[in-house]
Amino acid sequence: MTMSAGYGDTQQHDGPGSFWTRYVWSQDHKVIAIQYSLTAIFVGLVALVLSALMRLQLGFPGQFSFIDSTHYLQFVTMHGMIMVVYLLTALLLGGFGNYLIPLMVGARDMVFPFLNMLSYWTYLLSVLVLLASFFVPGGPTGAGWTLYPPQAILPGTPGSEAGILLMLISLAIFIVAFTMGGLNYVCTVLQARTRGMTLMRMPLTVWGIFVATILGLLAFPALLVSAVMMFLDKTVGTSFFMPVIISLGEQLDYGGGSPILFQHLFWFFGHPEVYIVALPAFGIVSDILATHARKNIFGYRMMVWAIVAIGGLSFVVWAHHMYVSGMNPYFGFFFATTTLIIAVPTALKVYNWVLTLWQGNIHLTVPMLFAIGFIFTFVHGGLTGLFLGNVVVDLPLSDTYFVVGHFHMVMGVSPVMVLFAAIYHWFPKVSGKLLHDGLGKLHFWGTFIGTYLVFLPMHYLGFLGVPRRYYAMAGTDFIPASAQSLNSSITVAALVVALMQLLFIANLIISLRWGKAASANPWHATTLEWQTPQTPPAHGNFGPQLPTVYRWAYDYSVPGARDDFIPQHLPDSAVAVDDAQAYAKAGK
Amino acid sequence: MSIFSKLTEKPWLAQPEGQDPALQLTADEAWPERTALKFLLATISVLFSLFVITLLGRSQLPDFQVLAGEPWLPLSDRSGLWLSTGLLCGSSLMMQLAQWFSRQHLAKAVLGALTAAVALILLFLFAQYRVWLQLANAGFGFTDTAASNYFYLLTALHGVHLLGGVIAVLPVFLQLDKQSGQTLPRTLTLCCWYWHYLLLLWLLLFWLLTSPAQTLNTLAALCGFGEATL
Amino acid sequence: MAIAFVIVVLVIGSLLLHYYSVWWFTPLASNWASIDFTVDITVWITGVVFVIVNLFLAYVVFRFRSQPGHKAHYEPENKKLEGWLVALTSIGIAAMLAPGLYVWAQFVQPPVNAKEVEAFGQQWHWRFRLPGADGQLGKVDTSLISEQNPLGIVPSDPAAADDILILSNELVLELDQPVKMLLRSADVLHNFTVPQFRVKMDLVPGSVSSLWFIPTQAGEFDVLCEELCGTGHFAMRGRVSVRSTDEYQHWLAQQQTFAQSQVVSEADIALGQAHYQLCAACHGAEGEGNKQLNAPALAGQSGWYLRRQLQHYQQGIRGRAEGDLYGAQMAAMANTLADTATMDHLLAFINSLPPVVAVHTDGDVKRGQHLYRNCASCHGNAAEGNYAMNAPRLAGIDSWYLARQLSYFKQRVRGNHPDDFYGAQMSLIAQSLQSEQDITDVVAYINSLQP
Repeated sequence: MTMSAGYGDTQQHDGPGSFWTRYVWSQDHKVIAIQYSLTAIFVGLVALVLSALMRLQLGFPGQFSFIDSTHYLQFVTMHGMIMVVYLLTALLLGGFGNYLIPLMVGARDMVFPFLNMLSYWTYLLSVLVLLASFFVPGGPTGAGWTLYPPQAILPGTPGSEAGILLMLISLAIFIVAFTMGGLNYVCTVLQARTRGMTLMRMPLTVWGIFVATILGLLAFPALLVSAVMMFLDKTVGTSFFMPVIISLGEQLDYGGGSPILFQHLFWFFGHPEVYIVALPAFGIVSDILATHARKNIFGYRMMVWAIVAIGGLSFVVWAHHMYVSGMNPYFGFFFATTTLIIAVPTALKVYNWVLTLWQGNIHLTVPMLFAIGFIFTFVHGGLTGLFLGNVVVDLPLSDTYFVVGHFHMVMGVSPVMVLFAAIYHWFPKVSGKLLHDGLGKLHFWGTFIGTYLVFLPMHYLGFLGVPRRYYAMAGTDFIPASAQSLNSSITVAALVVALMQLLFIANLIISLRWGKAASANPWHATTLEWQTPQTPPAHGNFGPQLPTVYRWAYDYSVPGARDDFIPQHLPDSAVAVDDAQAYAKAGK
Repeated sequence: MSIFSKLTEKPWLAQPEGQDPALQLTADEAWPERTALKFLLATISVLFSLFVITLLGRSQLPDFQVLAGEPWLPLSDRSGLWLSTGLLCGSSLMMQLAQWFSRQHLAKAVLGALTAAVALILLFLFAQYRVWLQLANAGFGFTDTAASNYFYLLTALHGVHLLGGVIAVLPVFLQLDKQSGQTLPRTLTLCCWYWHYLLLLWLLLFWLLTSPAQTLNTLAALCGFGEATL
Repeated sequence: MAIAFVIVVLVIGSLLLHYYSVWWFTPLASNWASIDFTVDITVWITGVVFVIVNLFLAYVVFRFRSQPGHKAHYEPENKKLEGWLVALTSIGIAAMLAPGLYVWAQFVQPPVNAKEVEAFGQQWHWRFRLPGADGQLGKVDTSLISEQNPLGIVPSDPAAADDILILSNELVLELDQPVKMLLRSADVLHNFTVPQFRVKMDLVPGSVSSLWFIPTQAGEFDVLCEELCGTGHFAMRGRVSVRSTDEYQHWLAQQQTFAQSQVVSEADIALGQAHYQLCAACHGAEGEGNKQLNAPALAGQSGWYLRRQLQHYQQGIRGRAEGDLYGAQMAAMANTLADTATMDHLLAFINSLPPVVAVHTDGDVKRGQHLYRNCASCHGNAAEGNYAMNAPRLAGIDSWYLARQLSYFKQRVRGNHPDDFYGAQMSLIAQSLQSEQDITDVVAYINSLQP
């Protein structure tokens, strides 16, 4: 893993010719990033509609005749799987990873552009296979996004015929797509950094995406293993996960397998997956906070170490999802300890974000609002994680709405806040247009307050003991009638949040068409992507000469310097200094 | 510079004019393909390790019956598997030779060795298929026992990776005369890595799949599979 | 600016919700006060951190908002400060983890005097088993499960004979007696949860998991399945009834052992026919039913279902609800059956009658088929009924009767009695039939089926 100073410097990329090679079969990382993003946002909107349907049933049971318990479980399952894998993972890594890595490390493109293109088309195929399951007999699988066997492949569960098979195939295809993309991201970071871009001069965005990609490369095989084995259990009748079973009164031809084995495999993937989503979000939000507070990120080295430490620890905490799974209960001691240890580097990141704002010069732009909103929601989601990670506290709360509230806060709302922050932040560079500020602010307030009104009350339903994945609650004595009113109000808030996202889509379209033209560096940021000769960057990104990097990514408000930011590619001799003494004192 | 000292740099400190170590570095030869291969092999290793761990876990359940160890068990006769092992070793050797020839600029010899390497892979796959048929005839078809589930699955998966290697090598054939003297040895070096890796993987699988029950029990105990775990 | 204000409002709002929430833990009914205590510690520590961090965030955003001429401070890192923060966080984490692990150590070690009780889950109901006088549960084998042996007990195991079977969703437990629940599943993952006891654990087919607790409050508590187990997951409810030792012993004495359950009584069809004369007046000589007299067809219906309904009528579980006029009529008739032997004879006779063939009825069969897919999991694709699912035969049952029962279930005229578990389940499921038209259509589809 050697550092290369000049890879690609001598290569001249010729802009490709026709419409098709430029926008469809493109090998340009920026076009691929946009393809990834648009596909992910589209499929995310499908999942958003599914969640609205679920909420309608929960908020107003019996009012919507087209939602029965089969549909409900299908909505739950597809909503979860789409959001976690096909939206968040694809948008953060395939979208932002693709767009930002080459630009931020000063490369002309990914190191394997063809593989990169193949990655997108494979991803699109996985999405199409997934969506196809809505149209097969029996519909999509309703086994919950965790797809636990035996029920995922047995009658009595929606979509246990074609639906589950398409889901497994789609996941396998997605993993292939991810691996192709992931190898690209890792190799580009390791091998294609421009001259002077040492590892510790990289923006935290790149660090987050880089470590998350390595996690993905090592964790997704676990999902592939479990998908292959379940596929064989379903199709040819092996018994990897299937013990002796009497299903609906009939004995099946299985025996000897272990359902818990699947859970170990699934969560060996599933927990790192949380950080595959979280680490890029951590990185991106760090850069946005620093830029809009005009201040260097506080404790950069700690932030890098924390990303690496969290990445490493994420592989030894998986069974905290399984405290009540019937596994050996003694595992609880180990996994509770590792899980609570991982809270330390995570908490440190939060402190450093807040300390970055301390004594800053905070510009409350739309991306900054989303970033600050993220700190709030992430603190909330992280703290509730301490309940569920601590094995004994998990006992009463596991499988209740507390869990739903927690993971939506930490893994749904928080990364989505960062995604919006990132979109508002980089949209001027990607499109050359500014997003409409007023609509953006409205979108922020609706989303931030709305989601909190959705998910905060869910924690209290969980304390009460309301179980998750229930189509209807009726007939349970300990649940007071007021819980139903709470559910109705959650639904109203959820619908408002959903409408706000339409506002966002409208903002994208309106701004693209009629928006104000953006300057090359509207936020006065230091990182390389803002220093491209053209906006949006042309093919090859940096013109004839790749930039050379002379400093880290966070030279904001350096004492003595005239401007409150010094771009990474500016040598000391080119920096306008007003007070040389103060400048030197700052270590420059 | 070690990774540790790299990660403890204080990047905000200015470097003396003209002496920035980041700019002083002699540019190492960029070789992204090699980095990619390293990560790919790591990913494949995780994939197979997880399968093997599930096998070890499964082997501790009471109904598990290994395929070798006792005279009446099908894989106690390993002649078929030794044959395929020989073929795969041969293929690895041929790939190494091809790489060596390429450094000597012996284009014809490269073509010959490469062809032999691919042919031996195909023969290996055929030999593996023969073992499958023998096993199935002996009453150990894919779905018949838990151990045969794993035998077929792991050998098939290994075969798929070999086929992937063959497909990756095909462009090398097509561009054999076009490749410059520099790139061909490099490409073939990476092919060698992959080939040797899959040979090593096969030897491990061979050993594991034909191990008697005690060996599996010991390995499972080392992995922490107790009675209550699964 | 606004964001700082909103964050303060959200923090205060969260605190208010927390203090005035009516949605909080149900009153504890077991020994696990220590779990509630660790929850309290966690609530306090995380609550304090939540308030401090977010109020500080709000202050910082307000205090350091961009102002003309203002320039940010420059400070790459402050190791001392970060060190302190790490240390403080670690202390907070340890303060939550240590009591947690201490209580978990209790959870993994059931007390020696804990009595074993087996909870057996299957889609979508519960059954239970208690050790008999020998204090030992007999061996089980899932592949032995059948209508005669619903728990799959190994008959040859001497320890099994006196095992007490509870083929119902209701388990009775003795107050203040430690219980170790052994959890077993026939089909898929389930989960045994009683919110008031705080502890829960999954049931895993192919293995036995466990949890333990001491019921400390007399009363009746819902048992919920909290691991997704298919379309009927939300309707998989049971009940734990905690009673004093005397009441518990009284209840225990009424339960049958495995050995008793294996004795098949000799039923006399001829005697049954004699008893049937009274029924024939309404239900018809061949058990074909009579719409004018509001008597459904009986021929073809499974014996176990007729028996359960007759018993329910006798015990006042069915036929007492307001609005169930015809049920009240039947309840009076059921009380004329003198004893279980009479019932055995009668059911043997009904069983010998040729099944009634379904008559097609009006309605959109295609729509009905779509609606029926939820019913099929339990009642079978051909509406043939399934003992394992507690689902009676529907094919050949008069359309008017099916329609009436479905609306009874929907309106909770039927399935509302606390002891009618299977009726309650059907009542939950019937809620997804939204209109009269839905009922007509699904009945029309059922009547197009011939098992």
